[in-house]
Amino acid sequence: MQDEVGHSQLIYRVVEDLGKPREQCLDDLISGKAKFHNVFHYPTKTWGDVGVIAWLVDAAAIISQKALLKCSYAPYARIMKKICWEESFHILHGRDVVLTLMNGTDAQRELVQEAVDRWWGPLMQFHGNPIAKDEDPMYVWRIKSQGNEEARQQFLDGYVPQIWELGLTVPDADLRKNDDGVWEYTEPDWDELRSVVTGHGPKSQDRLDLRRKARESSAWVRQVVLAEAA
Amino acid sequence: MIYEIFRQERKGQPFHHAGSLEAANHDFAEQYAKEFYGRRGESEALWVVPREAIIEVDEFVDELKRNYHRVDGYSLKEKLRRARERVGSALVARDR
Repeated sequence: MQDEVGHSQLIYRVVEDLGKPREQCLDDLISGKAKFHNVFHYPTKTWGDVGVIAWLVDAAAIISQKALLKCSYAPYARIMKKICWEESFHILHGRDVVLTLMNGTDAQRELVQEAVDRWWGPLMQFHGNPIAKDEDPMYVWRIKSQGNEEARQQFLDGYVPQIWELGLTVPDADLRKNDDGVWEYTEPDWDELRSVVTGHGPKSQDRLDLRRKARESSAWVRQVVLAEAA
Repeated sequence: MIYEIFRQERKGQPFHHAGSLEAANHDFAEQYAKEFYGRRGESEALWVVPREAIIEVDEFVDELKRNYHRVDGYSLKEKLRRARERVGSALVARDR
């Protein structure tokens, strides 16, 4: 948790230097105006989800984060170095949870399989629709150095074999690696992605409510810190 | 106040810019810097510098205006060839 809070501090700082005050970022977050990643709009039901999220969602995340290391805006690239480094711990943590469950009882293995089944859809949507690099503003502006489909292929190539080797299955009958090394898969549900990231996911409003409450209940801390410093 | 953080990874290495942070005063800045850049033993030392204390200089007038003040202002090849020819050593000396 501390890592993630630290990452947000670093990123808000970069945004502030680009001209947008932190308070405004937080206002946009809790009003629902600012988007956040699709995976945060879903419920987490069991320890299986905890492991699968920390392992596979963070694995997908680190692929997009690594594509920011060569960002044309150097202050962003510099903080991404630290963020990527810490995310790699999170993947290990998730893998450890998953391996522990897989070495446990049938019921525990079942928890992991259910979690993989639940998270596969959001994971395949995670890197975005396969828009051509040259039409992707993030790529054209050299904010990131990799196209969406490239990122997804890298994820599949790195992690599907790791899922399979544990005896887990992936809920996509059409998933396979072709002879040319390209992964084939069922087209992800892009309508679901659009709907979820615009605040219509199963947990979107709960997550925002929690942020609102956190901001209210921590207001006194900000007051004390600023009074102390004055 | 905004502070710039410079990080030394190992003893003897130069400090590199790591990022910046916002803190209410120096004490908080020191604590935040430790949290953001030193939790996992990734830093040997940190420099925490108020941004306003940094004097940035990024305009340089070319006061020299003479190319003989720069290495690219020298073309020795032709002069060396002539000097060697003069003493007849052109065949033995290595061309440089």
